[in-house]
Amino acid sequence: MQAVKEFFSTFMLTELLKGMRLTGKHLFDAKYTLEYPEEKAPQSPRFRGLHALRRYPNGEERCIACKLCEAVCPALAITIESEQRDDGTRRTTRYDIDLFKCIYCGFCEESCPVDSIVETRIHEYHFEQRGEQIMHKSDLLAVGDQYEAQLAEDRAADAPYR
Amino acid sequence: MSGLIELSWIMAKIVALVIPLFLAVAYMTYAERKIISAMQLRRGPNRVGWHGLLQPIADALKLLMKEVVLPQNANRFLFVLAPMLSIMPALAAWAVLPLGDGLVIADINAGLLYVLAMTSMGVYGIILAGWASNSKYALLGALRAGAQVVSYEIAMGFALVGVLMAAGSLNMGEIIRAQEGPIWNWFWLPLLPLFVVYWISGVAETNRLPFDVAEGESEIVAGFHVEYSGMAFAIFFLAEYANMILISGLAAIMFLGGWYSPFHGLPLLGPMFAWVPGIVWFVLKTCVFLFLYIWFRGTFPRYRYDQIMRLGWKVLIPVTVVWLVVVSGMILTDFGPWF
Amino acid sequence: MIEKVIFYVFAAILLLAAMLVITARNPVHSALSLVLAFFTSAALWLLAEAEFLGIALVLVYVGAVMVLFLFVVMMLDINISVIREGFARYLPLGALVGVVMVLQMLLVIGAGVGEGQVSLALADAAGESGAGGNNIRLLGSVLYTVYVYPFELAAIVLLLAIIAAIMLTHRRRADTKHQDISAQVRTRKDDRLRLVRMPSEVDDER
Repeated sequence: MQAVKEFFSTFMLTELLKGMRLTGKHLFDAKYTLEYPEEKAPQSPRFRGLHALRRYPNGEERCIACKLCEAVCPALAITIESEQRDDGTRRTTRYDIDLFKCIYCGFCEESCPVDSIVETRIHEYHFEQRGEQIMHKSDLLAVGDQYEAQLAEDRAADAPYR
Repeated sequence: MSGLIELSWIMAKIVALVIPLFLAVAYMTYAERKIISAMQLRRGPNRVGWHGLLQPIADALKLLMKEVVLPQNANRFLFVLAPMLSIMPALAAWAVLPLGDGLVIADINAGLLYVLAMTSMGVYGIILAGWASNSKYALLGALRAGAQVVSYEIAMGFALVGVLMAAGSLNMGEIIRAQEGPIWNWFWLPLLPLFVVYWISGVAETNRLPFDVAEGESEIVAGFHVEYSGMAFAIFFLAEYANMILISGLAAIMFLGGWYSPFHGLPLLGPMFAWVPGIVWFVLKTCVFLFLYIWFRGTFPRYRYDQIMRLGWKVLIPVTVVWLVVVSGMILTDFGPWF
Repeated sequence: MIEKVIFYVFAAILLLAAMLVITARNPVHSALSLVLAFFTSAALWLLAEAEFLGIALVLVYVGAVMVLFLFVVMMLDINISVIREGFARYLPLGALVGVVMVLQMLLVIGAGVGEGQVSLALADAAGESGAGGNNIRLLGSVLYTVYVYPFELAAIVLLLAIIAAIMLTHRRRADTKHQDISAQVRTRKDDRLRLVRMPSEVDDER
């Protein structure tokens, strides 16, 4: 009996029709497409985009050239050279991030003892010349200065979970 | 002189058919992308022009600009010949398709046979493309496509034998005239199993999902046309879609009464729709089948290769043979309004 | 006039293609030339108003037989120099066969054997189905009336050939791994899946 039933249901293509009913139903459903440049998906405060170097509120750069980020970087994207500054503190003379090597893992940010190197929410950027992909210290500091308010807010929002 | 005029008249008719056909192909790709994305809860192309209506034009321009790359050690002559061999039969078969009453380029007696012969030629483009590319994926795709097309041609031919038995003619116009009447007078009803078999083998014949093992992106990259780029690829694309439209148009002619309106000959509705030209009905019926093509693609996963062969040889061909016997019985007993 | 021009053009292409079949070095090119030869001869038959035969030639030979032929040829890796080796040795034999074939054809065509019968039968059929009957109708009525026994016999011979070919090549080796597709398709959820109802467990160690 079961075999006869299956035989007929095979020939009536019932399972195929069931599948087609499902897709046919979804044809008229509301669509989930995000019109990207106009609409954007919400970002987490932990979003890992373009890098930045932060400063203290008094304008002093945070980075103390401990080179933990350079050591932890799995892609070897960070290059740091340091020197003693006139006031006796150790500071970087060179802080380069090669964005082609960087995998945006966020380890540098995790390892930083002074919250200096951070990753911002910026993810829409491009390069037009070879060599532009290397972010120098001045570039990183400029990004940090520009987005400091947002960066501080994101760190504060994430602080309870750290 | 009169011969020259006749020749130019024929040429004009061909141009008048081929240009709308190419436009239909272009917008078929657009419709496919839109409908499939709607089924997947996306919006589909909507940037180029109003609701993305210029997208096919942009795609065509892009393909025109691209370089045609000849693979190393490829057979140069056959590599270039293959796309032409695949588009030629797809277009040539349209010569005998009546779009409306008398709207046909060549009204030949063996129309159905001619269409079958032309569609069977299409496989050469695929096989040669696969062989001439000097690529293992292409060769695998070509072998799959060749075996599949040859197998399903038999089921398709048998299904059409049922139609020509019912119509008593091989002439396309005669076949449609044999179905004169409202929707239940058309051949799809008495020949329902043949109709389904024809449609399934038509989908397989054009290497469309769920029978697209010839392309099989996930297994053999893109099958026979993996080495093609630019215009050569575009021609394969054109041929595939022209074949889809051809198979749909044939289905409309063979089983859905071609240019007849579904209310033809009915007391009240018949005169109400009498002003609609036959070609409109033909195009509408063809569009139904084209939509089915897209719907299948949006619904079914790809068949496994051995299952395709099993379906073709062990299911479809026996079904057609059985139903041919039934059809002869129906013809002998003058069954229903059809015979 | 114009028909003659078309005839000679197609005949020239046909001869050229036929020459290419035997002279081309690449077997795939030979097979394709054969396709071209079939196609042009189909065109010639169309010119002679034998449209059924012409289209059937394309459908059967070009559409099916040559595709399978090409399949095989494409798979082969033929060493051309080895094939050419025996050319001089087999030339006399080949020439002899060719001459015999030409003589046979001359005999048949010259004596006009068979010509009368076919045209008589065709005329009979034309008389039955009315003068306006087309080519295909004529062929069909002749095949199923005058030549019904030879026709059915040919069909049976072909069927036998199919069955014989399948029987010769179809053997199931014990050591191959194969799938029973019908069984796979018939599989139902109940055959493989067993739903077990059990009380939720409490993890005491925590």
